[in-house]
Amino acid sequence: MNFTTRARRHAGFMLGGVLVALLIATALLSFVWTPHSAVEIDIPAKLQGPSASHWLGTDSLGRDIVSLLIVGSQNSIAVGLIAVGIGMGFGVSLGLLAAARRGWVEELVMRAADFTFAFPALLSAIMLTAIYGPGLVTSTVAIGIFNIPVFARIARGAATAVWARDYVSASRACGKGPWHITFAHVLPNVASGLIVQATIQFATAILAEAALSYLGLGTQPPQPSWGRMLNEAQSMMYLAPQLAIWPGLAIALSVLGLNLMGDGLRDLLDPRLARSR
Amino acid sequence: MPMLEVKSLQVSLPGPRGTARALRGIDFELARGDTVGLIGESGCGKSMTALALMGLLPQGAVIDGSIRFDGQELVGLPDAALCELRGQRIGMIFQEPMTALNPLHRIGDQVAEPLRQHRGMGRTEARAEALRLLERVRLPQARQRLDAWPHQLSGGQRQRVMIAAALACGPDLLIADEPTTALDATIQGEILDLIAELVAGSGMALLLISHDLGVMARSVQRVMVMYGGSIVESGATASVFERLAHPYTRGLFGARPRLGGARGRKLATIPGRVPELIDLPDGCPFAERCGWVINACRSALPPPLPVAAGHTARCIRVDEVARSAKP
Repeated sequence: MNFTTRARRHAGFMLGGVLVALLIATALLSFVWTPHSAVEIDIPAKLQGPSASHWLGTDSLGRDIVSLLIVGSQNSIAVGLIAVGIGMGFGVSLGLLAAARRGWVEELVMRAADFTFAFPALLSAIMLTAIYGPGLVTSTVAIGIFNIPVFARIARGAATAVWARDYVSASRACGKGPWHITFAHVLPNVASGLIVQATIQFATAILAEAALSYLGLGTQPPQPSWGRMLNEAQSMMYLAPQLAIWPGLAIALSVLGLNLMGDGLRDLLDPRLARSR
Repeated sequence: MPMLEVKSLQVSLPGPRGTARALRGIDFELARGDTVGLIGESGCGKSMTALALMGLLPQGAVIDGSIRFDGQELVGLPDAALCELRGQRIGMIFQEPMTALNPLHRIGDQVAEPLRQHRGMGRTEARAEALRLLERVRLPQARQRLDAWPHQLSGGQRQRVMIAAALACGPDLLIADEPTTALDATIQGEILDLIAELVAGSGMALLLISHDLGVMARSVQRVMVMYGGSIVESGATASVFERLAHPYTRGLFGARPRLGGARGRKLATIPGRVPELIDLPDGCPFAERCGWVINACRSALPPPLPVAAGHTARCIRVDEVARSAKP
């Protein structure tokens, strides 16, 4: 059975894939079309219920909720991509380096990872934004930095196992140096685990961005963001509870989609399952 | 001058419970075209000898002595220089063909790897050469198999692929570490014949590592029996198998299972167990398990004493052992 056939039969992966595809499509759509402007304030039309013009109603400043949600998805994807990119780029390199060099290099990398891990992610993000000022860039970088030790640990653990394999000894017996072995043998063999982790971390990053924006440390007004929508909805909780429901649902579905896709990928990329043909 | 000259090679592995003396003074020589076997039970230092020759000792291992390959000293050579030798001048075949091939690379690419590395061949050229090599090791349907994945091949076929990769650059020395241990008995013979044929055809030297006496008898001109990190007996295969000069060699022969033996007869074993390399005695490593032991055995490692022409044994009582009945 090839990958596509197995993927189509995996319900969780397909559901996750659809949700993620929807998220990406929404973000792309926001560049060309939104029902209304997401930043235009229309006080007289505030807190309206669903209508033909405003499908999900308007918020306390009269902005169209659908438009805010659509534009807000840009933020989530950008934060997810950049934070996971930073985490993977630095983390995987450090992890592979640690596994290839062993000795004090490995010790240094792993202890640095432990050190970073000792602070809760959100706390260190808050600390960074406190130093460099709140904003999308600072919060994304902060989330990215927290991702580095996550990927470093996974990459090192998986790479160390690959280094102990016979085909690595065989490759060394062929006269290959540590760099060639890292790229030809180690990286391809640890890639599947890293891809799975990337989807999970992507979901975590979206959540973290929402949390930071909710705290007022992430995206700044007037740029729409799901986290900030939640924040603004909080003061209206009794007046207009639907304002909190829609961004909450958007976050939940995106995170669910990414996690389902990650779990599905783990099943699909498992060579033991792929072999049973 | 011999191609490979190993002199008082010592390897120790520092560990949490003390330093293990994995090799305590190995001496041997190999000329071009020689086929030599290294035999002994697990943990006696066979594989450690191979790894030392390849410069692939585990991290932290301390190596002393001399390994001269074509006049070049390998001990203390930087890793980059050793990389040049590995795969090009010295090839190695591993024990487990099931795990020694990367499951994510195609067969043809894995055979071509050393060619691209050492010969600087391009993709197409290396591929053509890989096909020639796979045909030489008689892999069935070699042309179609170039693009096969390792899991689509049987154990014997994979071992043929490993042999092709080891021979790719036409090495002067081939080290085969238990090349047939993981294979069926019928395939075992085919692979041994193939190795013997390739070695004879190319004039390279073979160092065959095995714990199987039958494998040794059919494959090599000379055998070296290892025990406790030293070579206890060394000589022409026929001479060693006939004289069994060292008590350990006798024990090894006595312990081999035989077809057609009396039903219910207990398999002979060597009493005691392999000494831990950490607390290896100063004297003969086999002293604790030997039936001929005397006090003098425990004072110092016995020197290699001549048994016959080109045949030595590290036993101070070789004459007494020779006079007693063989197992």
